[in-house]
Amino acid sequence: MGETLLGSAPAKQQIRAGERKGRSLWADGWRRLKKNRLAMLGLFIILLMTVLAIFAPLIAPYDPIEQLIWTEGKAAKLAPPSAKHWFGTDLYGRDILSRTIYGTRISLTIAVAASIVSLVIGVTLGAVAGYYGGRVDDSISWLINVIYAFPFLLFVLSIVAFRPASLSLVYVAIGFVSWPSIARVVRGQVLAIKETEFVEAAQAVGARDFKIIFRHILPNVIAPVIVQITLGMGSVIMIEASLTFLGFGTQPPTPSWGYMINQGREYLLSGQWWWSVFPGAAISLTVLGFNLLGDGLRDALDPRLNK
Amino acid sequence: MGRYAFRRLIGAIPVFIGVIIVVFILTTIVPGDPARIMAGQAGKPETIAKIRREMGLDDPILVQMWRFFKSAITFNLGRSYRNNMDVNEAIWSRFPATVRLGLAGMVIAIVLGMTFGIISAVKQYSFLDYASMFVALLGISAPSFWVGLLLIYLFAVTLRWIPGTGTGNGEFVYLILPAVTLGIRPAALIARMTRSSMLEVIRQDYIRTAWAKGLGAKTVILKHALKNAMIPVITIIGVETASLLSGVVLIESVFQWPGVGRLFVEALTYRDFPIIRGEVLFLAGLFIFANLIVDMSYAFFDPRIRYD
Repeated sequence: MGETLLGSAPAKQQIRAGERKGRSLWADGWRRLKKNRLAMLGLFIILLMTVLAIFAPLIAPYDPIEQLIWTEGKAAKLAPPSAKHWFGTDLYGRDILSRTIYGTRISLTIAVAASIVSLVIGVTLGAVAGYYGGRVDDSISWLINVIYAFPFLLFVLSIVAFRPASLSLVYVAIGFVSWPSIARVVRGQVLAIKETEFVEAAQAVGARDFKIIFRHILPNVIAPVIVQITLGMGSVIMIEASLTFLGFGTQPPTPSWGYMINQGREYLLSGQWWWSVFPGAAISLTVLGFNLLGDGLRDALDPRLNK
Repeated sequence: MGRYAFRRLIGAIPVFIGVIIVVFILTTIVPGDPARIMAGQAGKPETIAKIRREMGLDDPILVQMWRFFKSAITFNLGRSYRNNMDVNEAIWSRFPATVRLGLAGMVIAIVLGMTFGIISAVKQYSFLDYASMFVALLGISAPSFWVGLLLIYLFAVTLRWIPGTGTGNGEFVYLILPAVTLGIRPAALIARMTRSSMLEVIRQDYIRTAWAKGLGAKTVILKHALKNAMIPVITIIGVETASLLSGVVLIESVFQWPGVGRLFVEALTYRDFPIIRGEVLFLAGLFIFANLIVDMSYAFFDPRIRYD
């Protein structure tokens, strides 16, 4: 399996780093990533969205939940894009640009939080399965296969739909469903690395399992996990948007991209396209950013591709 | 081959048992009392208690799980809380619409995806290669339900070429927009995978030999290269069948398509647990089955593959 190659290369690099000041895997990876223009574009998009999310109150021209029909009159209701409202306004006279900017907050929060949940579960279970093997591995692998057997969205919907809407429920649910892809990667890596000599050496001097896994094995698994997480964030944002599009998961009037598309869909049919179109473009752009960066990271951090 | 298929089939059984358990947990340990929902807003406490007793909701949780397990493996999942329809009947009556949509979407995805994937690989670094890979990236990044709405806006609202939603009297035109929408994402993924897999194969010695002995481009690319590049492509097709089942939930809702996806969303809104359980079990079962087919097709494309 190719995983052996991927697993031992960083390990060798670490040993070498002790002898002389060589380029680390990370410096090497960063150098390759910088040369990849598409990946840099992805990084730029993600940074842009992060800035928008953090400084939303300073950047957004209007309050995202303020209904301008009370101050600006009927003209502010479903107004098409103009110099005053770049993305137009919705039925309640709320500024769509401002709502779209604020929407980055929910999407990115969910993306980060769900990734942390799936990272913690995935790395722990993957490492335990790979390191101990046998029965433990069998049962964890069974669990992975069971969760993989569900169409992703159906599973998350079944968790979220019957419980009161809350952000934490959404990211816990998404994280709970997406950990198997990380666990699979970690398990494969750990299987390969635990056969290496430095792990055997650690075992020989009597290091405890916990220490071997966290100090000696996991640092060598970081690279593929980062790739997985980056690509995963794109799909988390997509799932969150799908949930809110179907009307589950987020409590109005909190600005959420999927919910905005849902609210605007009827008006799209009568020609008022802006309500649905801009938040959808924001989702596409953000997911594109994570996909571009994820693809780039995979090429940069995967030594198998060094030709 | 037969032995391989059989062992795969046996291997799927514990996974399905796990699925049943998870479905039970997900739809049982929830706030809100199904008996209260059935009794309605004005339901008297006695009525609710009676329904609870009849439905066995007062039994210990393990007893309920065992009962659910038995009903799941005997395909006897009860009746809808909403309209008292038999769960199997409800799903089966909606299933053909979904199959029509799913098949059409997958055909579009495979044809478009493989065509552009092959062209991109053969003409690597050409304009066509960059253009189709960029479009593929957009296809993966844009939410399908949003793309569906854009297509409706463009082709049904603005240009008025084809109808936007519904099924009419089952005419073919109604199928076009939802099937295209459903097919975009898998098409993009198949194109990317076909390209990278073909690129790997095309550089190998036996392909050079095939060119050297004067075979035509069609024979070399389609017969020699493609067949060996198919395994990763088949994997993607299999995996995408699963997200197709997720996609169906969204796209049927956008296009008012009367399939199992919309049934699921309706059931969620009404907390119609028998239907929800039936649907999740049914779709997960379908997915496990699809994966089995994929695994078996590996053995067809690469006779070296054997169990474990």
